[in-house]
Amino acid sequence: MNRNKPLGLKAAPYLFLAPAMALFVGIMALPIVYALYLSFRGVKVSGLGLGSGGRTEVWAGFSNYARSLSDPDFVDSVIRVFTYGLLVVPTMLGMALLFALLLDSGRSRARNFSRLAIFLPYAVPAVISSLLWGFLYLPAVSPFYYLFDKMGLDAPSLLANDLVIFAIANIAVWGGTGFNMIVIYTSLRAIPSELYEAARIDGATERQVAWRIKIPIVIPSLIMTFVFSLIATLQVFAEPTTLRPLSNSISTTWSPLMKVYRDAFVRDDIYSAAATSIVIAAATFLLSFGFLRLVGNRAFNQES
Amino acid sequence: MRGMKKAAAATLAVTLGITLASCGSDSNDNGGSTSSGEKVELTYWTWAPNMEKVVDVWNEENPDIQVTVNKQDGGDAAVTKFLTAIKAGSGAPDLMQAEYQVIPTLVSSDALADISEYVDDTTKNEFSEGVWNAVTLGSDAVYSVPQDSGPMMFFYRADVFEELDLEVPTTWDEYADAARAINEADSKQYLGTFSANDAGWFTGLATQAGASWWSMDLEAQAWGVHVDEEPTQRVAEFWGGLVEEGVINNKPMYTPEWNAALNDGSEVGWLSAVWAPGVLSGNAGDTAGKWEVAPMPQWDASAPATGSWGGSSTAVSTQSEHPEAAAKFATWLNTDADAVATMVTEAGIYPAAQNAAASALTEAPEFFSNQPNFYDVAAEAAATAAPFTFGPNVNTAYSAYNDEFGKATESKTAADFVQAVKNIQTIVVDDMVNAGFTVQ
Repeated sequence: MNRNKPLGLKAAPYLFLAPAMALFVGIMALPIVYALYLSFRGVKVSGLGLGSGGRTEVWAGFSNYARSLSDPDFVDSVIRVFTYGLLVVPTMLGMALLFALLLDSGRSRARNFSRLAIFLPYAVPAVISSLLWGFLYLPAVSPFYYLFDKMGLDAPSLLANDLVIFAIANIAVWGGTGFNMIVIYTSLRAIPSELYEAARIDGATERQVAWRIKIPIVIPSLIMTFVFSLIATLQVFAEPTTLRPLSNSISTTWSPLMKVYRDAFVRDDIYSAAATSIVIAAATFLLSFGFLRLVGNRAFNQES
Repeated sequence: MRGMKKAAAATLAVTLGITLASCGSDSNDNGGSTSSGEKVELTYWTWAPNMEKVVDVWNEENPDIQVTVNKQDGGDAAVTKFLTAIKAGSGAPDLMQAEYQVIPTLVSSDALADISEYVDDTTKNEFSEGVWNAVTLGSDAVYSVPQDSGPMMFFYRADVFEELDLEVPTTWDEYADAARAINEADSKQYLGTFSANDAGWFTGLATQAGASWWSMDLEAQAWGVHVDEEPTQRVAEFWGGLVEEGVINNKPMYTPEWNAALNDGSEVGWLSAVWAPGVLSGNAGDTAGKWEVAPMPQWDASAPATGSWGGSSTAVSTQSEHPEAAAKFATWLNTDADAVATMVTEAGIYPAAQNAAASALTEAPEFFSNQPNFYDVAAEAAATAAPFTFGPNVNTAYSAYNDEFGKATESKTAADFVQAVKNIQTIVVDDMVNAGFTVQ
């Protein structure tokens, strides 16, 4: 059968695929391969390194990787990002689940308005929300500190060393809760109402319905939002970068991606930046797929 | 979602890259392969406002050498773009506005042409020694023509000083006393802040104390790094002491909080450069007419010196096919009396050329209309600007400054300020050794 098909028909799927493939290869695959190549290269300067011929590109083997993995700044930034993740992900998903259940419970008033109000911060770009929060964190221009001052309270600066991680986590939670709530809420709406009716006939309270029916059914969405949040956490960049000029406590290597940015564009060392980003990409890949593997069978079996 | 966003960003970047590349190659095609006597077209990257008006004057007088201005976003963005074009082998302009501290980085990437054969001593003598040193890197080559400079001065609220019956400090000891007196009168009021965000500012202060963080040994073909030496240590210890005492603030500059502090009078002084009136009129508008300017407090009153904060030059790129015409334009732009006068009024810069500056700057800036001799003080300061040699990894040093002094200003101890200087030295040397530079 296949052999008798006209050429046009045979080629059709490839034609349809072509634009997507071309874009994927051009703007995803090739840059990744190029980054991999760069991560094994380095620059060698001869003499003063001034004028033509002062620098040559050479093979560097694994030295970029060795340097990036043994850099105390990098290790610190990884630890920081894990602490940040421990703060952000449970808080954000917990609030998203709570809001979704409240909206779904049918008792809340102004449901459409609340849904929009909770979702809206997600539509604010991270740079802008960081600037907004930055103003609120600076004692001299913040209405909160003004109120504390009027009440005679001495509030600690959120941009000081030990609190700055909460300041950044707060921005992420504020911006991310809405999106995750919508994902969970959507899957709550897809639950057939017979299940609730049956539960009520059995005498289940609203809380029991939530705990025994709703949450188990939305576990796959919770897992999906968890993986998304995990990836977003590892990639945190915009919030600390925007807040950095306002505070002494955020270094140029606060998060791993900030270190990549600094190496590439401030230190003009794209080679070690490439190596570090390959390490981050591999870690992200391992963590997300490792987690999916771990929970995958349990979570998705319930769907089928 | 994230993946889509990233892909979209990448597409945008690629599209922008293509557009930029095509813009660049256009200009190169136009400028290429013209023999002498024919019309030469030059492109000029700059971010100073209204520069095209100055260039119009040149284009009218020189029909054979036509210059086109290509507006840039700002110093750092332009350098990144410029270096990318240099690495790509095409797309760089003929002329480029370059801040003094990036010149060694650009020369190190073989991006700037040596124009010493087109620049004579008359041009050289227009500039102070410190500024000229920055464009020659202390060698026989000339990599750029100085455009504007930022001699540092001391700006203070004259009304507050009068109220507290304080003398304007002429030495750093007097500055420290004034800082104590001001903070004692009102614990929320400071004479200034130590900003861990402004490496250029600290470099200026260190320059005044006699520091020069890099040096070149042409014979041994080696660099020297001198961050962790007496002058910079002295400056760090002085400021660390004041921050530890609590009489100088430790918050960074250029934040909404700092703007508010200048405007509401909780910061009553600023060690800044000649361009400060523009900043103050923007963020402290309520205090117009209350500020005055004085020379910097001195370490040694018998040998007055100052540092520089900011300033830029006009360089010729190695990709230019007409370096002679480009150098001619750069010289005219920065030394011709008419050109400099137009730049002062249109772009609001403080020219590096001393004679031209003296004739162009007569009236004090509007914000300082209470001090008619503003530019006399500035000219006096500019003449004492100390030289400073920048190295090939200034950006590394500056980001190390942010990180190390960020920690020190948070912990507020003089010992940590001195430690920060030591750490910067280590980071700068490690970075250079790693790149393969010979460091002595």
